[in-house]
Amino acid sequence: MSSQHVSAKPSPAGAGPQGAPTATRPRRTLLRGSSGRSIGLVLALVVLCVVGYVTGGERFASVDNLMTILRLAAALGVLSIGMTFVITGGGIDLSVGSVMGLATVWATTVATQTMAQDFHWIVMVLVALAVGTACGLINGVLIAYGKVVAFIATLAMMVGARGLAEMIANRQTQPVKVRAFLDFFRAEVLGIPALVWMFVLVAVAGWVLLNRTTFGRRTIAVGGNPEAARLAGVNVKRHTMYLYGLAGLAAGIAGVMMLVRTTAGSSTTGQLYELDAIAAVVVGGTLLVGGRGTIGGTVLGVLIFTTLTNVFTLNNMSISAQSVAKGVIIVVAVLLQQRFAARGRAT
Amino acid sequence: MSARLTTSPRRGLLALTTTVAVGALVLAGCTSNEAPQAEGTAASSAPAAVSDNDDDGDTVVIGFSAPAADHGWMGAITSAAKAEAEKYPDVELRVAEGTNDVSLQISQIETFINDKVDAIVLLPFDGAALTEVATQAMDAGITVINVDREFSSPFAARTTVLGDNYGMGVSAGTYICEELGGNADAVVAEIAGIDSLPLTQDRSQGFSDALSDCGLTVSNRVAADFTIQGGETATANLLQAAPKIDAIWNHDDDQGVGVLAAIDSAGRDEFFMVGGAGSANVMESIKAGDSVLQATVVYPSTQAADGIKLARLIVQGKSMSDLGSLGVPRQVQLYAPVVTQENVDLYLPSAFQS
Repeated sequence: MSSQHVSAKPSPAGAGPQGAPTATRPRRTLLRGSSGRSIGLVLALVVLCVVGYVTGGERFASVDNLMTILRLAAALGVLSIGMTFVITGGGIDLSVGSVMGLATVWATTVATQTMAQDFHWIVMVLVALAVGTACGLINGVLIAYGKVVAFIATLAMMVGARGLAEMIANRQTQPVKVRAFLDFFRAEVLGIPALVWMFVLVAVAGWVLLNRTTFGRRTIAVGGNPEAARLAGVNVKRHTMYLYGLAGLAAGIAGVMMLVRTTAGSSTTGQLYELDAIAAVVVGGTLLVGGRGTIGGTVLGVLIFTTLTNVFTLNNMSISAQSVAKGVIIVVAVLLQQRFAARGRAT
Repeated sequence: MSARLTTSPRRGLLALTTTVAVGALVLAGCTSNEAPQAEGTAASSAPAAVSDNDDDGDTVVIGFSAPAADHGWMGAITSAAKAEAEKYPDVELRVAEGTNDVSLQISQIETFINDKVDAIVLLPFDGAALTEVATQAMDAGITVINVDREFSSPFAARTTVLGDNYGMGVSAGTYICEELGGNADAVVAEIAGIDSLPLTQDRSQGFSDALSDCGLTVSNRVAADFTIQGGETATANLLQAAPKIDAIWNHDDDQGVGVLAAIDSAGRDEFFMVGGAGSANVMESIKAGDSVLQATVVYPSTQAADGIKLARLIVQGKSMSDLGSLGVPRQVQLYAPVVTQENVDLYLPSAFQS
């Protein structure tokens, strides 16, 4: 069934402005992949929701619970959207979890909070975003211009950023004392928590950026065939650097969201989030080798994982069982993805 | 048991000096002058309960080694030990840099042996891995005090000071039983730490044993990971799973920051919550009484300080003055008391910063 979706879709998603001349082939695979697999993901999510409703009843199917799921999905979602760009561009970023932790710590130091109190809470947000972006750009420079393998460069950042966060925080919890910051981000707009709005905005922005802009086309081109992209006039190095900067920015945003959720900065925040993000991206249908990416798939991947945890908790089942289910989902998704990829090449 | 050796209270456990030993010494110090019969502790079996344990004696050189202070509780372990040593002019404390590297910690102990210290107080990163070098120290005639994470051989230490994870669960469960006053339909939820750790399993076992004693069971159980963010995520889902809760026990006050954030953002307050470990900010909040947090059970971070005191006594050939028997006991297991608004002032000074 899935193969039909894959091959038979002259999807409108391809009709964007022509940015990168080389993008023809990668673009075609993108079309086929995303819409077909997205339907599979939607189905998986629906099945999960049905299970949740049958076992949890009203407790699952309440607006309150829906908002809880979305709120919990928000930080990981933003992180994963940044990760989608990096992976689509043929890279990987293992540092996003640590960078997110560092951002929460830096934004809650006494100095930052004093400034925020004297001036405006936006200082905390700006600090978090700046820290995230800076870490991302450092990754990008090392990888693009220093020719360090992405896996190693971001592994180094993962360890380094975590250590720096521990040094700054002295391994202690830093509570958010700026009430206005919490009040703003904990508010609801039209009955929907601010965090969920942020998630939606980032997702929409990410989708537009990837599917409707030159930047997105170039990302796909660089990931699909960097040499061809270079010959076609794309500044591959600079573009790669931007991609990591973008992932860092996303980590900064996720850090702000985490601060809102936990009301404290901590060097332990974001542990293993990089792996959750990679899992969500891959499950969503983005090719790990690059050249094809889908924001919609990533969002669905994140929602599936978050809903899974929610449903398991509703049924009072253990973390271990959740991990098994998560593992199965990842394997099945990647197996399917390989089949799609093989067929894509065959046609 | 060997499982307990390797892992151990990873974080956020707290301080308080309820050990028989410490309590006894302090008490003896106060009453030694003329023991007015006032509240007459039953301990005064001897006609004159006089102890010279705190008097100056021969100088005792104590080597101290503990894991890196990577969370509040562990940080408090070392600072409490230093503070205790400073109270005694006859104690010379040599503190090795905290490390989570087993081979480095082994070489620290070897250095102490070479320096011919009188005693070593050791909170091993891994009890089993440090057993051999501790045995060597004992063979060299050095008094070894094992703290918190047990060695795998009884010959490796003269005395062992332990916390009580099972007892934490029992204390929390018993307190919740009392507070719920026989309501058999009460919904009790539990937010555990890292589920795979023996200490978490011990705590949960103690909790469920204590609850079943009054006919209750844990209705909803989630496990976090000792981090704020883990506590927040687990709790947000837990609150959806259980629309009405009567009591919650959260194993760890560090992750408790996230637990409270989730409760706050869900706007729930129909239950009361009991914490675990006993961090300073949790005690502040119990004292203020402005949240669902009503109590916490303590995992003393003064264990190593107790170790210092016991090492001094042993080397100077003294006994514990509030025990009739001669010789410092082989093992001291500390109590896990419940801290509530009534007694919080007693415990606040020894609470650790999370």
